This record gives sequence, structure tokens and C-alpha cells, in this order.
Amino acid sequence: MSRHAETEQFDVDDPRLNRFDLVREGARRDGVRIVHYEPRFPVPGTKREKRVERTVAGLFLLGGLAATAFVVGYIAWPFHYVPGANVNKLYTPVLGVTLGLTLLLFGLGIILWGKKLLPEEISVQERHGGASPRDEQRLTGATMMNMVDELGIRRRPLLRRAALLGLLPVGVVAAAPLIGGFIQDPNRGHILAKTAWRKGIQLVRDDMTPIRPEEVSIGGQMTVFPGIPEGNTNKYGDSPTLLIQLRDEDAAALRNKLAGVNQGSMWRNFVAYSKICTHAGCPASLFEQQSNILLCPCHQSQFNITDNARPVFGPATRPLPMLPITVDSNGFFVAQSDYKQPVGPGFWERPDETTQD
Amino acid sequence: MRRRKIDVAALPGAAATQVDDRLTLATPLRKAFNKVFPDHWSFLLGEIALYSFIVLLLTGTFLAFFFDPSMQDVQYNGSFTPLRGVQMSQAYSSSLHLSFDVRGGLFLRQMHHWAALLFMAAIIVHMLRVFFTGAFRKPRELNWIVGILLFWMGFLEGFCGYSLPDDALSGTGLRIASAIVLSIPLVGSWVATSLFGGEFPGDVILDRLYITHVLLVPGAILALITVHLALLVKQMHTQWPGPGRTNRNVIGVRMFPGFAVKTTGFFMMVFATIALLAGVFQINPIWLFGPYRPAVVSAASQPDWYVMFLDGSTRLMPAWEIRFHLAGHAYMIPAVFWPTVVLPGLLTVLPLLYPFLEARFTKDRQHHHLLQRPRDVPLRTGLGAMAVTFYLVLFVSGGNDVIADKFNISLNAMTWAGRIGLLILPPLAYYLAYRISLGLQQHDREVLAHGIETGIIKRAPDGRFYEVHQPLGPVDEHGHSALEYQGWSVPKKMNRVGALVPAIRGFFFPVERAPERELPEAPISPAPDRQEISSH
Repeated sequence: MSRHAETEQFDVDDPRLNRFDLVREGARRDGVRIVHYEPRFPVPGTKREKRVERTVAGLFLLGGLAATAFVVGYIAWPFHYVPGANVNKLYTPVLGVTLGLTLLLFGLGIILWGKKLLPEEISVQERHGGASPRDEQRLTGATMMNMVDELGIRRRPLLRRAALLGLLPVGVVAAAPLIGGFIQDPNRGHILAKTAWRKGIQLVRDDMTPIRPEEVSIGGQMTVFPGIPEGNTNKYGDSPTLLIQLRDEDAAALRNKLAGVNQGSMWRNFVAYSKICTHAGCPASLFEQQSNILLCPCHQSQFNITDNARPVFGPATRPLPMLPITVDSNGFFVAQSDYKQPVGPGFWERPDETTQD
Repeated sequence: MRRRKIDVAALPGAAATQVDDRLTLATPLRKAFNKVFPDHWSFLLGEIALYSFIVLLLTGTFLAFFFDPSMQDVQYNGSFTPLRGVQMSQAYSSSLHLSFDVRGGLFLRQMHHWAALLFMAAIIVHMLRVFFTGAFRKPRELNWIVGILLFWMGFLEGFCGYSLPDDALSGTGLRIASAIVLSIPLVGSWVATSLFGGEFPGDVILDRLYITHVLLVPGAILALITVHLALLVKQMHTQWPGPGRTNRNVIGVRMFPGFAVKTTGFFMMVFATIALLAGVFQINPIWLFGPYRPAVVSAASQPDWYVMFLDGSTRLMPAWEIRFHLAGHAYMIPAVFWPTVVLPGLLTVLPLLYPFLEARFTKDRQHHHLLQRPRDVPLRTGLGAMAVTFYLVLFVSGGNDVIADKFNISLNAMTWAGRIGLLILPPLAYYLAYRISLGLQQHDREVLAHGIETGIIKRAPDGRFYEVHQPLGPVDEHGHSALEYQGWSVPKKMNRVGALVPAIRGFFFPVERAPERELPEAPISPAPDRQEISSH
């Protein structure tokens, strides 16, 4: 009420008003009172003001210099990779330092300008929070309820039910093409339970050459892939296998403990375990030769290779599956069959362990 | 012919009149210019996140022109000699190309990565600020929720981006992500095969992550940021208590020019920091990791820092797996499910509900626009300290193999330390934070009642020593002031109450003369005249 009256009294064309009076009035109408406003340097042109001005100008000019250095470096500095220690390796640091300096100097200059040269100000803005006035709430509520009444949904139950029933399949129509295209059946081809290994497939190295028993050192391990086209690529991500030749006493210990489906999977002192961790699927490939432990570097699950690769520490719960191997008539390692348990991380409908005791 | 005179000085005014004639902008525009911003360093944290996001958009757009998410097998023949001739995916090859054969490509890639790390860090620190000062209280619960959604969107966006280059580390991360999806009861295997288009890794996942990373999630983040800022403008800023500051006003400077100038400068500084980090500190050197292959991994495989707490929780999880039979078929819930699906779920739901729980337990239905100092709400501060400690134990455990290696500790001991620490340290942190809050509160009130400790020790005639205190207000006969605590810092040093002469300006030499003014009378009672110590 009083504010309205004041607005009436204020004449924006009054010649006695200066521009800041208008600013103040504008702010007042926006609910902002400028309670303190004074220049940083009441007497213009003092030595100190000049000094601040020079500092800001200097920062901007130095920023310009750094920007020029950036452009020159960007164009002229050699950037292609050349092996060895050379200036090309400094391309990225040159860009970073020059661009960083450019922005830093400009940023400092702008902030200094704001803090030292802009007028000192304290403004107070009123806060008009909280709920709308009760009459406004009532009016809007009535308008909304009226919408419902106008549609007549309450009075016409048939229409309501028909609309709901009809909309249900429409909703599915909207979702189906968006989601349907993605859906793949995990049971088709049993992709989660099977790998590329089959009876008679050779164990090969990364370069696809087959392996003879005498090529694996005693106590040594080797990563092997199925000897089929693209067998060593990401197409068969579940198939990588560790081939290990155990020392005599370790092999004897393992043979005594071979559990369930693992029986008959070893060939002499050789054993092959899936390299895919049964916890989260990383390669469990850090081999501690002295303690006969395989360690997965992702979450530190540890598997004892002289005991069916049983998990002995960490979050893994199931042993690494064992690949049944033998040596064919040419003297190369081959698989007897696929893995007898699903390889890799667990899932809801995963078939039960049969090697578990 | 007469030349029409164009009054250049009047042009902007004329143009403005024309625009206003059509859009009626004068009032709303002025209102926006006059918006008042309170000033405190802790209000800048959210701005860091916003400005990092702008850098992310700028650099990301550049990267998108050169990156190809195809999983097609190709042979690398770019200029990085150590990998020449190696079979790899087109995605990895184009990332290498971007890093070595595009002018400034590596710099922008590193800027993108550093900006992402800073974005997440700023979000978390900003959230801590909002939590510990009670800025989430009514009426700002909705903006707190938007903030939490922004955190998880940023998390998802970061993970997608981390997976795109298809180097050994990003592939390992994806492998674990697929195991996490697989672990979800009932639908896990369906969701995983549907996401990956068959068995892991398949040949579509990078294309899908790419469109998610460059369109879907950034779009969601942009929308959420818009809502976040719109709510902030609508509900106005919170402010610290202080002279003249009430629940009914905001005290500060107007948006133009004061706030705008400072925030522009601050944007430049954030940008500068990212540029310097990107230029000088190597981040994610994918060429050292090699292409992803399911059989290859190295020790010390760590994700980006903001994912490390989940890596830690996965490492600490005991080997507990639920197996059961139903209608002749075996079912299971793998151990991965708890630390990577259930825990993040809890970590989302609890903070989402917190503002409402706190209001319920404190029976507080008021609007709050004044912030609280953490010490004044020991319970909330304690809970926050508990949550931070819980997070830190998980975070440190995410790198427990590196710590074990560098400090020569047993790896298994690190895991056990993490497991035990996760249970014991958070309650301890709660207790300590609670007690420290109470202690600080008490000290504030002590200073208000007794005055500032001046450091001047006096000896009374009876031989008693005592410290002289400077009261902050009128004192009663016992020397106590009856000042009420205002929820804001209490001066605790003499120079806070003007006991010291202001320093003379100038870095190496004074640029001004010392003001020739009478020194204010010493605030403490004047020292008694020195008396000669006579030897007789």
C-alpha cells in the first residue's frame, strides 16, 4: 500500500534526480535496498587508485602475452609422436602452461577489478518465500477441480474405465519399440554357460601356435586360447585359460583332492584353469609360484591351484572351473571337452555347483 | 539530398526501446540484474562444478569429432611406434590417433578427463557444504534431491566416458560392470545380454555407451542443472547469520556488476586450473595400457577416483553367496550384488530421505534461509562425519593393493583392516565429531561470557596469576557479559576486535604513509605505571 503510494510519487522525469537515484528506485521496486554504496576511491585519480589500475592493466596485458604464446606454440611447436626424449613431448605442457597462464592472468585481473575498483556495495533483498496466499490457493484449486469436472470423468465411469483399459496397451506400444530391439535371450545358445572350447580343440598361444608339454616350464604357467579362427580375440572373451605345469608334489596333492567334475581333467602334472575370475570376470592371472596362489588384481580374490582353484581369500565364492585337457597324437595339448561348469561371474539362474563339497 | 543523421549514442537506447516494445522486458530484466548474491567462500563450490561442466561440454564436443566408438578390429599404424601393427578396436585406435596425430588432441583429451574429475570432486564437496550447514532444509529439499541425482548422473557419465577408449583399464571396468549387472536377481542375465547385445564384450556396447555419453546423460545433466539453478533463483540463496541478516532477507551485492565480475573471474580461474592440470599432469595414458583383451590385466587396476569407493566395497565384501533350490532349479545371488547394487542403492535413498527424516525427528516445519554452523548441530555433524568416514574407508580400500605394495603391508591385512575399519571407524568419527562440536560451542559461549583471552598474564598482589580477558560487551559485577550467541563466529583474537593498527600497504616497500592518528586506547585496562625496581 505504502509502496504503491511511493511509486506514484516517484517521477522518473524529474530533472533533479540523477541516474543513481533511478537505479536506487529501480532496485527498490525489485525489493532490493542498496543500503551502502560508495566508490573505493572517493577522491579520483589518487596514487593508490592509479596503482590498482596499472596492476589490472598489467595482468590483462600479460594475459594477452600468454595467449599469444599459446597460439604460437599451438602452431609452431612440433607435436607428432617421435620415440625417445625430444621437444615434441613438451607440446601438451606448452599448451597447458600458456593457456593456464592466459586464463589465470585474465581471471586475476577481472577479480582484482571487481574487488578493488567497483564501488563498495551492500544490498538487502527482501525474501518473499512461503506458500501463496490462501485465496490464491483456493482459486487455483477450484480451477483444477473444475477441469476434472468439465471432463466429466467422475460422472462417467464407463468412459474412465475404457480410457484406462485402452491406454494400457498404448503404453506398451510406446515402450515396446524403444526397449524391444535391445532384448536378447541369454538362454539362446547358452552363452553364459558355454565357451569356445570343444573336444579336440588345440590349446594355442596368443600367436595361435599349439603347445607341447615340454614347452611349459615346471611350476610355470601360460595363457592359452582355443585354437579356432579368432580364438584369441575378444569374440571369445570367456575362453582364455591358464595352463600350469605343477611340481610333482603339488600335482600329487591336487590329484588327491580332485573334486566332482574335475576328475580326469588333468594331464599328468598339467592342469588348466579358466582365467576368468568367478567373482567379477577380471583375469585372475597374478600367479604366486611359491604359494601356488592365483590372485585376481581387481578385487584380490585368491585361488589355491593345488586344491581345485578353491577361493582362499577375498570376495570370490566359487573355484575357477577346470578345463579337461589331454595331449593328442601329434603331441599337442587339446581340450577333452568344454568347461563342465559356467565360466566367470555368477548370475541368478546359474546352474548349481557340482564340485562343491 | 540531405543525409540522414544517425545519432550513434542514441542507438542502443533506441534498440532497447524497440525490443521492449515487442517483448515487455524492462521489468523482468531489471529484476534479474538486481538479484542479490550473498558472499562466502563456501558458496563457490557449486560454481566450480558448473564451470567444470562447461569445460566438459566444450572439450567433449571437440573430442566427439575425432573419436569413433566402433569395435571393429583394425591394425594400428599411427605415429605411436610401440603399438604399430597391433590389432585393436577402431575405438582404441581412434583414441590413439586423437592423442598423437591430432594437433592439441592429447591436451583437450586430458582437459576433458581432468574437468570430469574436478566436476565430481566439486559436486561432492558442494554436497558436504550443503549438508553440514543445513542448507537442504525446508524449503530446499527438492534442490537437494536434484543435487543427488546430478551426482549419480555425473557418476554414470564419467563411467561411460572412461569405458569409451577401449584400453585395457576401461575394458576391465566394463567387465566388472557386466558382472554387476549379471548379479541382479531375476533379471540380471537378461539385462546384461540385452545391454551388451549378447555375450561380453560383444561388438555393440561402445556404440551404446557413446550415444549415452554424448547425448542422453549430458542432456539429463543439463536439464537437472537448469532445474537446480531455476530453483535457486526462485527460492533465493541461503546466507550465514550476521549483522542485519534474517530469515526474511538476503544481504550481499547485486548480480550486476559486483557478482557478475567476480564470477567471471572465478570461471577463468577454474578453467585455468583445468588447463594447467591437463598440460602438466598426465591423466589416463591409454597408450601405456594397450588395447583391452579379456585375458590381460595388470596389478594396480584402479578406476577414476569417484568410482573407487565402490571398488573398495567390492574388495571388502566377504565371500558370501546365497544359493538355494526352487522347483528343482538352482538359483543364486552372487557376492558382487551387495556392495555394488544394494550399497549404492542405500547411498542414494538415505541422503534423498535425510531432509525429511531430520524434519520429522526435530519436528521442525519452519522455512530456513539462515545457515547453521556445523558445531551448532552436533547430531547432524556427527552423522555427516560418520558418512564421510564410511566413504573414506571404502575409498582407501579401493587402492589397498597399491598401499600394500608401497608400504610393504600384507594385502590380506589391508583387506581385514578395511573390513574392521568400516564397522568401527564411523561410530568413532560420530562420537569425536559430536564431542568436538560441543567443545567448540562451549568455547564460543565462554568467550561471549568472559571475553577474549588477551595472552596477558598478570600477577595479583596475593601471588595469584591470572589472564586478562577483553570483554565483548558490558560486564556485570562478576566481569561477565550477557551476550547471546548469534549463530556466527565469535571473535577470539584481539586483532579481530581492532586491537591492532592496520598494516601499512605495500609488498616490498610501503606505498602509503602510516596514518598519523592517535592509537585507540588500549582495550584492556591500562597497564599500571611501571615502578622502578629498587634494590633496597
